[in-house]
Amino acid sequence: MAKFEPKIVAFLCNWCSYTGADLAGTSRMKYAHNIRIIRVMCSGRVDPTFVLKSFREGADGVLICGCHPGDCHYHEGNYKCLRRYKFIKKYLGQMGIDENRIRLEWISASEGKQFAELADEMTEQVEALGPCRVRTVMENVS
Amino acid sequence: MENENKGKLKMAIYWGAACGGCCVSVLDVHEKLFDIVAAADLVFWPLALDFKYSDVEKMPDGYIDVCLFNGAIRNSENELMAVLLRQKSKIMVAYGSCAHMGGIPGLANFFDRKSIFDRVYFQSESTENPEGITPQPKYDAPEGELDIPAFYNDVLPLKSVACVDYFIPGCPPQSERLLEVFQAIASGAELPSKESVIGALEKSQCDECKRKKTDNKKVKQFFRPWEIEDDGETCFLEQGVICMGPATRGGCGVRCIEGNAPCRGCYGPPPDISDPGAKMMSAIATMIDSNDEEEIAGIVQSIDDIAGTFYRFSLPSSILRRKLIPEAVEAD
Repeated sequence: MAKFEPKIVAFLCNWCSYTGADLAGTSRMKYAHNIRIIRVMCSGRVDPTFVLKSFREGADGVLICGCHPGDCHYHEGNYKCLRRYKFIKKYLGQMGIDENRIRLEWISASEGKQFAELADEMTEQVEALGPCRVRTVMENVS
Repeated sequence: MENENKGKLKMAIYWGAACGGCCVSVLDVHEKLFDIVAAADLVFWPLALDFKYSDVEKMPDGYIDVCLFNGAIRNSENELMAVLLRQKSKIMVAYGSCAHMGGIPGLANFFDRKSIFDRVYFQSESTENPEGITPQPKYDAPEGELDIPAFYNDVLPLKSVACVDYFIPGCPPQSERLLEVFQAIASGAELPSKESVIGALEKSQCDECKRKKTDNKKVKQFFRPWEIEDDGETCFLEQGVICMGPATRGGCGVRCIEGNAPCRGCYGPPPDISDPGAKMMSAIATMIDSNDEEEIAGIVQSIDDIAGTFYRFSLPSSILRRKLIPEAVEAD
């Protein structure tokens, strides 16, 4: 069987984390290709619906990145994200989805290297958990 | 007899996995029931009238004008009747939270068939079952083979097995709303577009709620309703009591809140919201008055049952639909 390649959806905030990921790219750093980046204006824009939909559509993991605490372009979007993240994590746990499939990290615009390392680390973490069964279970009503 | 009934609407009311409250809500129109009976013939209603399934089978397709289907789909009988009634009805209405979103029976999606059977037929304190008898869909009796409905692994809303024309939400729907809808159908008025929710508002409960609200919702701790003394006039959320109002449609007349109990969400989400629980998490999170990671975690942990509270009526129609049960258990 071919090696399991996890699909990871990453929501990156426009002002810090996306720029950080961009820096990783422009600096020609290599990192796991499993990360699918979606740019949002702020980590506070990440509605729990987005995370649930990602799993529903076949994601094996979800990564959310925002500005470091105190650095949010919109003052407190990242704090709102942090609070929502705690809710989603607890909810996923209740729904039988491993809580380690979701992760929230702070990446600043200058942290290209940290982003590349995080991408590798997250990929490894999700790889160890194996494929997420939400999509197949959703499609096979019994 | 035939002539006398000419021009009268033919109405059917059926229940799937339901408590019976929806059927009672039809009776709750009180003396208006005479108006309904004057305008419509009830051709099938197991709660109140003695008709058999075979009577429905004999009806030509589209014979029933309006079918109010309440209850979720829990077993093969529910599905069979949903499909049959759909075929025989011009307008199929998902009546009540269970038919609309899965409702309270839908909370069984936190478990699977095996764990439910284990609990009910083996583990429960009042059960003695030394022979280990569990329901079998087929049984060889001396008189011949008998079959009973097969119990599904999942609870489903009506729309998962049959095409639904309208949804009337509520647990149970308010009788006044039913009357309005019935009068609209009986008068031949132009009906809303198919697959829409009727008998409810487009706006949320908060829009109808008369409690005092401020923009500054900041909460350090959440309470169960019995843990605090409600002042009777301030928004429940501002008092730290979880109220599903922001993610729930209005239209019920905020009866729970008027009775000093927070909204539980039976009317389902307003239009364009696919997952009321996710919206609720989003809304409640913004209210938490802390930026400290550990403190936030503590506040979130203080809410006992996030999934059960935020998806009390909507689990089977939510994005994740059910709890994932480890595969080894599911294979049995």
